[in-house]
Amino acid sequence: MADQDIQEADQPLLIANSLSKSYGRIAACRDVSFALYPGEVLAIVGESGSGKSTLLQMLSGQLAASDGQVSYRMRDGVTRDLASLGEAERRLLFRTDWGFVHQDPAQGLRMAVSAGANVGERLMAVGWNHYSRIRESASDWLTRVEIDVARIDDAPRTYSGGMRQRLQIARNLVTGPRLVFMDEPTGGLDVSVQARLLDLLRNLVAELHLAVVIVTHDLAVARLLSHRVMVMKGGRVVETGLTDQVLDDPREPYTQLLVSSILPP
Amino acid sequence: MNAPAYNFAYLDEQTKRMIRRAILKAIAIPGYQVPFASREMPMPYGWGTGGVQVTAAILGPRDVLKVIDQGSDDTTNAISIRKFFAKTAGVATTTSTDEATVIQTRHRIPETALHEKQVLVYQVPIPEPLRFLEPRETETRRMHALAEYGLMHVKLYEDIARFGHIATAYAYPVKVNARYVMDPSPTPKFDNPKMDNCPALQLFGAGREKRIYAIPPYTRVVSLDFEDHPFEPYRFNAPCTLCGAEDSYLDEIVTDDKGSRMFVCSDTDYCEGRQAAGHHGALSAAPYKDKAPEASNG
Repeated sequence: MADQDIQEADQPLLIANSLSKSYGRIAACRDVSFALYPGEVLAIVGESGSGKSTLLQMLSGQLAASDGQVSYRMRDGVTRDLASLGEAERRLLFRTDWGFVHQDPAQGLRMAVSAGANVGERLMAVGWNHYSRIRESASDWLTRVEIDVARIDDAPRTYSGGMRQRLQIARNLVTGPRLVFMDEPTGGLDVSVQARLLDLLRNLVAELHLAVVIVTHDLAVARLLSHRVMVMKGGRVVETGLTDQVLDDPREPYTQLLVSSILPP
Repeated sequence: MNAPAYNFAYLDEQTKRMIRRAILKAIAIPGYQVPFASREMPMPYGWGTGGVQVTAAILGPRDVLKVIDQGSDDTTNAISIRKFFAKTAGVATTTSTDEATVIQTRHRIPETALHEKQVLVYQVPIPEPLRFLEPRETETRRMHALAEYGLMHVKLYEDIARFGHIATAYAYPVKVNARYVMDPSPTPKFDNPKMDNCPALQLFGAGREKRIYAIPPYTRVVSLDFEDHPFEPYRFNAPCTLCGAEDSYLDEIVTDDKGSRMFVCSDTDYCEGRQAAGHHGALSAAPYKDKAPEASNG
């Protein structure tokens, strides 16, 4: 069993193979390749328009690549090309084995239904049919993301920005995904709320052994959460490496510029 | 100038063919909403334009038509639709559930058990059960196609979280033939068990939304629920004041401004039948008057 676990960890979970996307003459993303291993956090950093979000959408199967492919190792251990999955399989993957945390929680939540139902929706979608158990699981997850359980029946539109974001995280993690995509999860939050959210994310990622692809323009977020960093500019990956190495000792001029643009505290 | 101004049962034959094709497809795929080219009818949307088109398409000269609105044969909607077909198709009409071959209904299923020679036509305002949770038609269609019905349980979950029980009392979602989740039109959930394994063909027409769907005879129809909050039909806990029935669906009627009320069967034909057979409630209108036979070919 232990041997098998080690073997599991040895194989990449998500593989991008020379991914490209062009909109007419505009190349939004050019020739991106990498492999993501279980439990690994990869940050994609770069300025606006560098192709980060396009890349994330291709990785999560929401956008068809113009060239190249994305493969994912399914729970049965078989690595499959995302483009070869049927729509039903892809959608099932999306709500069981994957999570997607949007920058704007309103996109990832149902704002008009209660927090409990928001968390429980994925469970009901995979066939849970026992109200008390769904509710128990929902309260458990609200506690884990530090939301007062007394607010389980309130709709997220009555929540603050930080709470909404934490609720969105709980909603994504309830089915025990192995891979979570995050698109600027701390965008639009004030610094103290950001710090709390990052702390929470870091703990959950370690505890659940999650693999994460996180898109951010905030280098502090990358430094705090990620193991590896990919720096993008004009649709290309200009530099990639361990987070500390890239951020403390950048080689490329663009990365040096990016790192030096941060105001000293 | 002596030619009739319209075809038998108002709609022209090509339109009826189009509707019949939609009906056949609906029967072939139980619970699936088939789009159809709904026509303008000489009545406003919300008055049963969908049901009327379905009825017009299936009606033959020898059919006997019954129309009910909330169980009643003598409310405005029921009377005007019955008159409409008596005039445009010249078919016999009745208020008796047993004698009817086609029953068009708004919001109820008759208490008297239906049989194989009957067709029940429902008027449907909003055919999409997922609509209030997912506003995008493209998305709800995809959800039906992939049988992704978790969202339906979200609605029931919300009910329990808010009221302690499944408070949805009408338009209670059902799963048809273990495949499609369907809105049974705004019938009270009391009627849901009657849809299951029903010998009569059940057709649903939504005129404004341009959808037809169907439950073929003897099809499994299951009301959605949770294991620990099972489906329960609801009924006021009282006998009918007029006929004393303990098993029929009741209307609550407020009788003065001091809080008095009475409960009477919503199915008027059932209630009158029971009174004619000698059953009495607390306020029976005795002696029972014989029903005047309704004029047909009116």
